[in-house]
Amino acid sequence: MKILVPVKRVIDYNVKVRVKPDQTGVDLANVKMSMNPFCEIAVEEAVRMKEKGGVDEIVVVSIGPAQAQETIRTALAMGADRGILIQTDETVEPLAVAKLLAKVVEEEAPGLVILGKQAIDDDSNQTGQMLAALLDWPQATFASEVVIDGGKASVTREIDGGLQTIAVETPAVITTDLRLNEPRYASLPNIMKAKRKPIDIKAPGDYGVDIAPRLSVVKVTEPAKREAGIKVESVAELVDKLKNKEGVI
Amino acid sequence: MSILLVAEHDNATLNDATRAAVSAAKAIGGDIHVLVAGSGAGDVAKAAAGLDGVAKVLHADAEVFAKPTAEALEALVVPLMANYDVLMAVASTTGKNFAPRVAAKLDVMQLSEIVAVESADTFVRPIYAGNAMMTVKSSDAKKVITVRPTTFEKVGDGGSASVETIDAPAGPFKSQFVSEELSKSDRPELTAAKIVISGGRGMQSGDNFVLLDKIADKLNAAVGASRAAVDAGYVPNDYQVGQTGKVVAPELYIAVGISGAIQHLAGMKDSKIIVAINKDEEAPIFSVADYGLVADLFKVLPELEEELTKAGL
Ligand SMILES: Cc1cc2nc3c(=O)[nH]c(=O)nc-3n(C[C@H](O)[C@H](O)[C@H](O)COP(=O)(O)OP(=O)(O)OC[C@H]3O[C@@H](n4cnc5c(N)ncnc54)[C@H](O)[C@@H]3O)c2cc1C
Ligand SMILES: Nc1ncnc2c1ncn2[C@@H]1O[C@H](COP(=O)(O)O)[C@@H](O)[C@H]1O
Repeated sequence: MKILVPVKRVIDYNVKVRVKPDQTGVDLANVKMSMNPFCEIAVEEAVRMKEKGGVDEIVVVSIGPAQAQETIRTALAMGADRGILIQTDETVEPLAVAKLLAKVVEEEAPGLVILGKQAIDDDSNQTGQMLAALLDWPQATFASEVVIDGGKASVTREIDGGLQTIAVETPAVITTDLRLNEPRYASLPNIMKAKRKPIDIKAPGDYGVDIAPRLSVVKVTEPAKREAGIKVESVAELVDKLKNKEGVI
Repeated sequence: MSILLVAEHDNATLNDATRAAVSAAKAIGGDIHVLVAGSGAGDVAKAAAGLDGVAKVLHADAEVFAKPTAEALEALVVPLMANYDVLMAVASTTGKNFAPRVAAKLDVMQLSEIVAVESADTFVRPIYAGNAMMTVKSSDAKKVITVRPTTFEKVGDGGSASVETIDAPAGPFKSQFVSEELSKSDRPELTAAKIVISGGRGMQSGDNFVLLDKIADKLNAAVGASRAAVDAGYVPNDYQVGQTGKVVAPELYIAVGISGAIQHLAGMKDSKIIVAINKDEEAPIFSVADYGLVADLFKVLPELEEELTKAGL
């Protein structure tokens, strides 16, 4: 079986985001970028499946600027076999990403596509579900455990009330939640090896997909600021404030 | 304008988040129809028909909707959308699961987790863990929207809509519900509670959460947690508050032994009053707290319980 893992290059999760003064977006100049953490979990899961056996190839694909090659290299250093960069400097919305991925799936015929549940920049949480719908495949989102057994996958999902297990036929789309695994750090030899693994460079036009955005950004603003309040000296003072001043208990 | 709004429920009761979504739908304007897809969910359909502002309820009853999969909901909703301009769902794990499938089938870009309606085609949604608010205008003919329930008022009762039974899609579907392990609790639900008390890595163990439970019982509060506490196995996943967990906005949020990473703040910074208990006075949580107590939580929590008793709680 082949596994396809779409990975997104995003602002590093530790970076404090700043909104641009002209309200057109957030400032990405000279900001550290990394692989979306949920995509790292997706790559790790694919690599573990390959290590267990039954998986012949892991293909990673990213849609984004030339620098997204670095993100693909990171995945290759973690153990993926080859990469595809669909290069564009335009903003590509989840719907268009899903359409491009659907074309890649047609070409590559993977048995599983593992994505992150959410990109931590747009916080959309859509792409995997959209891809599954476009392919008419079943989906298992927010996975915290995946067991592949023949033509089926048993997936435990993190839901609002707790955990849910579903069975999906493969091929299927899986999206990762935080507890699925702990991604490895690539070792130096593997980073060196990854430099020789192939990355195909494509353009959205090669797939005949229209990536024109459907949403236009009117403005991007700072959220309402919360002012730090006061420090209380004792528990008694705290309870007094909450009861008598704020009336919340 | 006509809006199809998918009710959030557990077959027995209508979840209050649905009331918040109806508010968002009212802000767009037009006829609001509520879809109840369930199994033996007649009471839910009745409750939905009583919601203020709802013109009609569509009720699909089938075994497959006892625990609906995204595939089954897609099959039900997509054909219905021929008659509607807007699909609206709660940004719950159910809504997040199926709504993008519908959007893809309709060839529209979903508007995820909106927090405000500016007009019928323009909405505000948080991005970058709520560190920026984006106002976006959709050019799609139909809109698929998920709603963050904590930022909208909950509509009350007063409607008397008709309930129309509709056919459920036949299936079979390529995914199947197998089992569920739901956290059991007599306390209010995290996203609906008026008071939330959350513990972080500073709690040191799952057993120590008893200290929070005791206070929660006094305050009729829900108990939440940071990702670190969930990852460490102190508490189940559904306790997680944050960018990638649950978003809460109670009257009072008490963060205990939580440092205040941006991903955690994303899930609680819209709370009315925030209290932080942390032994590190430099902890970022204090920058959003109305009341901060720099102290060891193991000393403070028993004291807090005692003070609450003294205060008559
Ligand atoms: C993709 C991604 C998504 C994430 N999503 C979320 C999310 O949804 N929600 C979330 O919460 N996090 C999330 N995180 C994790 C987040 O970045 C932080 O790692 C996490 O919130 C830290 O949890 P914590 O504050 O409990 O632990 P720590 O940061 O370790 O803080 C523990 C705190 O406890 C205090 N403490 C220790 N002992 C005591 C004591 N005896 N008395 C008083 N205080 C004490 C310490 O001073 C410290 O401030 C996410 C991270 C990533 C990368
Ligand atoms: N530009 C992209 N390139 C590759 N994968 C992507 C891209 N955008 C989104 N994805 C995948 O879709 C997941 C969810 O993203 P989103 O729907 O934007 O929150 C990510 O974790 C990735 O796996």
